[in-house]
Amino acid sequence: MTNLSNTTIAAPTRRIRWSRLLDHAVLIAGSLFLLIPLLIVLQTTTTTDVETMKNGPQLVIGSQFDDNLKDAMVKASGFSGENTGMSMLINSMILGLGFALGKIIIGMMAAYALVYFRLRFATLAFWLIFTTLLLPLEVRILPSYEIAQKLGLLNTYTGLIVPLIASATATFFFRQFFRSVPEELVEAARIDGAGPVKFFIDILAPLSQTMIAAMFIIMFVYGWNQYLWPTMITTDEDMYTLVRGIKQITQDLEGTNIPEYGRANMLALIAILPPVAVVIFFQSWFVKGLTESDK
Amino acid sequence: MAQVSLNNIRKIYANGYEAVTPTSFDIADGEFVVLVGPSGCGKSTLLRMVAGLEDITEGVLSINDRQVNHVDPADRDIAMVFQNYALYPHMTVRKNIGYGLKNRKIPADMIESKVQEAAKMLNLTDYLDRKPSQLSGGQRQRVAMGRAVVRDPALFLFDEPLSNLDAKLRHQMRIEIKALQRRLGVTSIYVTHDQVEAMTMADRIIVLNEGRIEQIGTPAEIYHAPASTFVASFMGAPPMNLIDARLADGQIMINGNTALAPAQGTGAITLGIRPEDVEIHDDAPIHFHVDIVEELGAHRLLHGQLADQDFTIHVGKDVAATPGATRIAIKPDCCCLFDPETGKAL
Amino acid sequence: MKRAGFTTTWLPILLLVPQLLIIAVFFYWPAVHALQSSFYLQDPFGFGSTYVGLENYTDLAQSSEYLKITRFTVVFTLLVTFFSLALALLLAVKADTVIRGARTYRTLLMWVYAVAPPVAGFIGLLMFNQSWGPLTDIARAIGWDFKLGVNFNDTATAMVIVSVWKQVPVNFIFFLSGLQSIPKSVREAALIDNRSASGRFWDVTFPLLAPTGFFLLIINITYALFDTFGIIDTLVKGEPGNNPMTLVYKVYVDGFRGNDLGGSSAQSVVLMVLVLALTVFQFRLVERRIHYT
Repeated sequence: MTNLSNTTIAAPTRRIRWSRLLDHAVLIAGSLFLLIPLLIVLQTTTTTDVETMKNGPQLVIGSQFDDNLKDAMVKASGFSGENTGMSMLINSMILGLGFALGKIIIGMMAAYALVYFRLRFATLAFWLIFTTLLLPLEVRILPSYEIAQKLGLLNTYTGLIVPLIASATATFFFRQFFRSVPEELVEAARIDGAGPVKFFIDILAPLSQTMIAAMFIIMFVYGWNQYLWPTMITTDEDMYTLVRGIKQITQDLEGTNIPEYGRANMLALIAILPPVAVVIFFQSWFVKGLTESDK
Repeated sequence: MAQVSLNNIRKIYANGYEAVTPTSFDIADGEFVVLVGPSGCGKSTLLRMVAGLEDITEGVLSINDRQVNHVDPADRDIAMVFQNYALYPHMTVRKNIGYGLKNRKIPADMIESKVQEAAKMLNLTDYLDRKPSQLSGGQRQRVAMGRAVVRDPALFLFDEPLSNLDAKLRHQMRIEIKALQRRLGVTSIYVTHDQVEAMTMADRIIVLNEGRIEQIGTPAEIYHAPASTFVASFMGAPPMNLIDARLADGQIMINGNTALAPAQGTGAITLGIRPEDVEIHDDAPIHFHVDIVEELGAHRLLHGQLADQDFTIHVGKDVAATPGATRIAIKPDCCCLFDPETGKAL
Repeated sequence: MKRAGFTTTWLPILLLVPQLLIIAVFFYWPAVHALQSSFYLQDPFGFGSTYVGLENYTDLAQSSEYLKITRFTVVFTLLVTFFSLALALLLAVKADTVIRGARTYRTLLMWVYAVAPPVAGFIGLLMFNQSWGPLTDIARAIGWDFKLGVNFNDTATAMVIVSVWKQVPVNFIFFLSGLQSIPKSVREAALIDNRSASGRFWDVTFPLLAPTGFFLLIINITYALFDTFGIIDTLVKGEPGNNPMTLVYKVYVDGFRGNDLGGSSAQSVVLMVLVLALTVFQFRLVERRIHYT
């Protein structure tokens, strides 16, 4: 028994895990790399333009946030004086929501038709639709513009939103999802006496809730962030979105006297916040939607 | 109630594959028929054609003397239990069971009372407000049953309903389903690949292989008088022993000149003997060499060689057995003879 | 298609019509139109056009400016793709190992996904501000007189940095989800077979991430080619001048500003071919799950 007391029981060493610390250091550095630019934008929205011009971004939070915000929302830039922050915010909302809704509704309809019906020309429709995944809008931007012009869609919300919907990302996504829904559900529903409309409303749509939410987030962000197409299609300043108006915001920084840092950065901040907030709040849906779209 | 009649039903898929060759049989009122066979034998296709989930390429299907080839599944007066249950995951048990009634425009209070009745029958009353994800496998199975029962259909269709359950639960549900079917007296077609399920549940078994019917018969007929070597080896565990033999001088001969049992005819045959139709005696006529003794508690399986061919014997727990040479006798009238070329019973 | 699909015919057609109509008008029509007008020379004053065959294409091939832009686009794409993938992979691997604060890190590393490219460009303008931009200050501290919009290489550097900043989060999300989908049993088996963490990474984790990596490679190339438009346009403040530009930006400048519709269409067609080639490449290589062959 005495032997037992002799055996050295290793004291629980508080070994510092250097590798663990390194992991955190890398992650913190990465986070700062992404975050600091935003903090600088934030800081400059709280100070006066003179201060920013003289000293650049500082570590103090100024008191000018309210004034800058008021300036950004109400004061117009440009010639017509109609693109206030407020009007641009509304246009961005319309583009983001309209694009997301349009894309989801049209995509779900088409995907439902392709997956759940025996249709003779389904294969042809499939190829017609999915070829659109091959060419981004950017490579056919000029002819698209000409066509929108011919159809009288310049400076309209229709012209802003509908051409952007002309790719099948959402359709593809919903098709993948519908195909993963167990076959027996539609069979059980058919035996239970549900027709195609009833099956969609009672069973498929409720089952797709998470997917719809994920799609909505991705599409809202995508629509909100559109730049090239709005730049071409909207020339009236009252049709500008925040992201489209960014060029004018940069021109405010070129002013002859004191650049309007406060107002410009505030507008940039307003352009950033809604999509970022959506992505952060609905993070798990968003990540699921994004990463499952490639399968 | 339903009389189901299949007349030369055939299924050819768009890619040209013939899943079911022209097949005919009738099912009587209240009968429990089991379609059994290995995977890919066409049993599920046949069931799905009866359900209306699969087009019938050729032939006539009638239920209650009404031809239903082109009738929508919802209008065939059938109910189906699926292998993975196919419960609607976003609906409560109550809504799952009542969905088919709701679609038939039955008043809400009537649906509720029917759902309650079905739930009581299946011990689901306490779970009516749960979602399928909150239920155990056996409970989900019962909900799927409830969905079928509540509709009071003319015909129940079961598509391997127990294959997702563990062995113990499967045994229990087997008895429950059979009891329920007896009580309700509803004609049923049950598809399975498990021969034990087929044997224990069926009034009549239909054995399928490669899209063809191998044999139709009661469990006893199928077991004791298999129509082919396929049925002989598919039904029963361990399967029937099949050994090469020949007929000569009114005897079944193996291994040159050992006579096994009397039989008429001449030439080579395949001989089928159930493992339990063999007795061990020290003074019995046939040599058998035991290689392995499989101890199963209630009985033992002796695996070994009979005339240099694999052979298994089933003996009771009170028969002592050790590896080595022993002597056996075949019980009278227990030999099945098959044509070695076609595999058909002689 | 499901085995037991509905047999109604009018409903699916009705459901498909909106989608087909939109892509006919805003996809096929423009695509064909681009192809067509690439064979014509547009009168700069809008008085019609003349058929010139392949002249627009030969002009492109002979234009030293176009070649220079192509060269820049290639270098730019390589740099952006490499750095955003490498950084994201490093961060994803670390985020996958830490337990404490994993969720916070994930949020902090992915929010930039939602920032619009031109807004990212705008932020770049602040960071590289001539008089007080923090990055200009840092450059100056190491003796680099950074002049955004004046010096070609400095502007190009800013474009790369901003584009990488904007793209790291997407790659991070995909890599992290790829890492998390590696079965626990595989990791545990590797833990038993290999003592060294970096050995485990290169022998087991990295090959299993290869499909994600290839998918992202294509995504990143497409991003660098097309989606960086907003970043570039803002960083040069809409004044291309002698600043670096990518092929897509050139399409826009020639077609929309310079009114050279034929030339611009020819450029569009070149880009279409490029994207098609990329897609074919993607299907050929990525769809084949490389880690199991």
